[in-house]
Amino acid sequence: MTGFPILSILLAVPVIGAIACLFASANGARWIALAATLLDLALGILLWSQYQVGGPQWQFQELWRPDYAPFAWALGIDGIALMLTMLSLFLMPICILASWTAIEKRVPEYMAAFLAMETMMIGVFMAQDLFLFYIFFEAGLIPMFLIIGIWGGAERIYASYKFFLYTLLGSVLMLVAMLWMTGFTHGDTYIPKLLATDFPKQAQTWLWLAFFASFAVKMPMWPVHTWLPDAHVQAPTAGSVILAGVLLKLGGYGFVRFSLPMFPDASAQLAWLIYGLSLVAIVYTSLVALVQRDMKKLIAYSSVAHMAFVTIGIFAFNRQGLDGALIVMLSHGLVSGALFLCVGVIYDRLHTREIDRYGGLSNNMPAYALLFMLFTMASVGLPGTAGFVGEFLSLTGAYRASTWLAFGATTGIILGAAYMLWLYWRVAFGTSRNADAAAMPDLNGRELVSLGAIAAAVLWMGIYPESFLAPMRKDVGALLARVTPSAPPSDSRPTPGHAPAPHAAAEGAH
Amino acid sequence: MLASILLTLPELILSTAALLLMLVVAWFEDGSARVVTWLAILSLAAAAAFVPGYDGSSRLGFGGLVVADGFAAFSKAVIYAGAAAALVAASGWFGRDGDYRAEYPLLILLSSVGMGMMVSASDLLTLYVGLELQSLAAYVLASFQRSDTRSAEAGLKYFVLGALASGILLYGISLLYGFTGTTSFHDIATAIQTQKHGADGLSHGILFGLVFVLAGIAFKVSAVPFHMWTPDVYEGAPSPVTAFFASAPKVAAMALLTRLAVQGLGGATFEWRQIVIFMALASTILGGVAAIGQPNVKRLLAYSSINNVGFALIGLAAAGEAGVASVLFYMAVYMVMTLGSFFIVLRMRDGEGRPVESIASLSGLSKTRPWLALAMAMFMFSLAGVPPLMGFWPKFFVFQAAVDAKLTWLAAIGIATSVISAFYYLKIVKTMYFDEAAPAYAGTRDLAQTVLLIAASLFVSPLGYLLVGPLAQASRNAASALF
Repeated sequence: MTGFPILSILLAVPVIGAIACLFASANGARWIALAATLLDLALGILLWSQYQVGGPQWQFQELWRPDYAPFAWALGIDGIALMLTMLSLFLMPICILASWTAIEKRVPEYMAAFLAMETMMIGVFMAQDLFLFYIFFEAGLIPMFLIIGIWGGAERIYASYKFFLYTLLGSVLMLVAMLWMTGFTHGDTYIPKLLATDFPKQAQTWLWLAFFASFAVKMPMWPVHTWLPDAHVQAPTAGSVILAGVLLKLGGYGFVRFSLPMFPDASAQLAWLIYGLSLVAIVYTSLVALVQRDMKKLIAYSSVAHMAFVTIGIFAFNRQGLDGALIVMLSHGLVSGALFLCVGVIYDRLHTREIDRYGGLSNNMPAYALLFMLFTMASVGLPGTAGFVGEFLSLTGAYRASTWLAFGATTGIILGAAYMLWLYWRVAFGTSRNADAAAMPDLNGRELVSLGAIAAAVLWMGIYPESFLAPMRKDVGALLARVTPSAPPSDSRPTPGHAPAPHAAAEGAH
Repeated sequence: MLASILLTLPELILSTAALLLMLVVAWFEDGSARVVTWLAILSLAAAAAFVPGYDGSSRLGFGGLVVADGFAAFSKAVIYAGAAAALVAASGWFGRDGDYRAEYPLLILLSSVGMGMMVSASDLLTLYVGLELQSLAAYVLASFQRSDTRSAEAGLKYFVLGALASGILLYGISLLYGFTGTTSFHDIATAIQTQKHGADGLSHGILFGLVFVLAGIAFKVSAVPFHMWTPDVYEGAPSPVTAFFASAPKVAAMALLTRLAVQGLGGATFEWRQIVIFMALASTILGGVAAIGQPNVKRLLAYSSINNVGFALIGLAAAGEAGVASVLFYMAVYMVMTLGSFFIVLRMRDGEGRPVESIASLSGLSKTRPWLALAMAMFMFSLAGVPPLMGFWPKFFVFQAAVDAKLTWLAAIGIATSVISAFYYLKIVKTMYFDEAAPAYAGTRDLAQTVLLIAASLFVSPLGYLLVGPLAQASRNAASALF
């Protein structure tokens, strides 16, 4: 594939689609958007098939540095970026399908905003230049602001402002840190080079905090998570899917790509902060989720809790933790996206997200109830689904980092089971409380395709996670080699069990 | 002598053109307004073509009174472009009410002569004369709609406060002259160096002079706390005049301040840096907070210009070559963004063709005029400094200069204040995109203005990134002339 700029093409297809949408009619825009996202997905599958597992760390590299410009068009992906890119590419056509009839006003602009957003999101994962990364990272704010503000619910304006200003404030501090870093390296903005740069310990703390300000808001971590429930509740269904599915991953990706390998000493020194905030997030947001009456809000709070597993895993400083964090990111992207779609399905029929308005849906919508149950179980972490793999690895990593941490984090699993199962029970089981809810038709073909595709991916990841772990293994190894020397001491004393069979040992820790 | 005359060729072209066109106006009266406007634009283009110093050479003229170097050349190119754009804007706007008079292009030309002198001044007296020439034309322009009380009030306010600022500036100049014995930038710099390394250190007289001079110029760039006139004058002056005030003169005054601070007072950088940092932060914060409640779009843009000047001042506070380059880059991009926004303000007319200025009238513009709304949204996001729009880069360079000058704390605070200003830019986008549609604006059929608006929109769009490299390089070359 050398010489074929597949990454640039992946970025260009949605942009061209977006411009075409602006000139098209409502129906035309729908088809253009679907075609563009499907084409991008096809290119993405080609990308994955050409990716050499265990090959060079950075693949499909492209570099174009305009004269005197402060940034370069430097693209390239490793296994981690590949997986997250695939997640985005996979979710986009589903989002377009979810908005097919739900969005009625200003369809061309809506589709254009979504396609622009796709470019920005996958650009974040592909950027190999520090400032190119920042541009993509920030630029996604504009389309998301418009999506929430124009096509959102009743409180959309408040939510869109909150979303924009929160995330902007976090990011600008990161920009100052980036400027300092390039000053330190005398203008070198190439990320692979920065990854190998040892910044002075004193400065690392400040730089880490500045990056933390940005990623913690995006993640979102407690206590800066408050924009998320507002944004989710007000965003249209597809907006929520993208928000939960991909945008929340940008923070986690940032921690993995920047905070951990670039500032290993500061990461070790401040790991307690991450642990503390994550534990609070797991317990507190789970409890908050338990008392929500609005389905979307409940799932939004559960996202905050799940993201805390990601942060714990990333800062556990061992392979299980990192693998787990990455798999949680992927599985949460699929599962929470699917859950928001499930909410969207019944919202489109009854135009309310009040849990109390529904009940007994398993009677009149059996297919829906089945898929909804699968995603509920995946969210809870039932073995055989994607959620289990990620949470189990992440907790194993947490145990090896600190036993108390694992103890605290595990309560989240129990609480998670409580609020998700209770939600499912109230919506799907029992007798229907309202005649209109009982009269809702089951899934139509379009919804079945969307949810079925995600369900297949969730089961795949749950039954054979190796497909997803294999491309990332070498990159996680490189990351560990960089951070292990500064890993904080641990109180866990894992005793070696019986010696594993030789071929199993080669398979690694899953 | 001939060499000196050649160095001031752009000013001479503009002055001659102004005088000749005045005769034309005297003969053919206001009927010639449109032709005179285009001739004025032509002479601005000619002046820009003959600016010496594009090649980076640096020459003094008239015994050290003026200098023609890369810095002046860069600034002049930007200023003349801004003035020409303001002329295009005006002819379409006034023309509809039939009150467009031929003096307008003449005043802009004379003001441009003054601005050219400001940026190539290498002596306090040249500086003062240039500043006054620019200002006098501006006072008249502010009250150009004689019959409109708001316009007359704006002109009077501008004149009284401007005269006060000139007085303060002149007083500062006299102090500097008294304690250094010279008015030339170069000799002042030498005198300051000698005093600094002498036994008594820098004299208080020079310090006071420096403070007064900075205060006088701060008024011209409308930096807080000398900004009070800006919202009132911007609101009262006719819209195209406001567009002019917010563009070229801002660039000229900022360039003048930069040259004086770096070339003349470079030895006292530590002393003036505190003042500039204070003004910078005060401007970014006040320019951000005060704009939030404004219902009038021209007032809002006035606060936006205060806010932007604050960011440019952060670049000046960084001093050094990178700092000066970032100021030039900032002002050039700022000028395009602000002119673009004003082009849209000029198109805000109700069904009967009367100009409207309230932000509320922008409601739902995305439904009635989608492309206009898209352009305005781009300018607003760009002014807020959000990538991928062009407005991100000026802030980028300014903060980079600050970080490299070991002023990381200043960059951190400054960039945090940019979030405050993002709020009111968002407010405009919200009004246009989220609110219910207000009555549509009347259509426009001014081709030249539309072309300029499209050009400005393309410049702030991500396509403008192609220009980041060349523009950064040009501003860096220009900045090197001061060191």
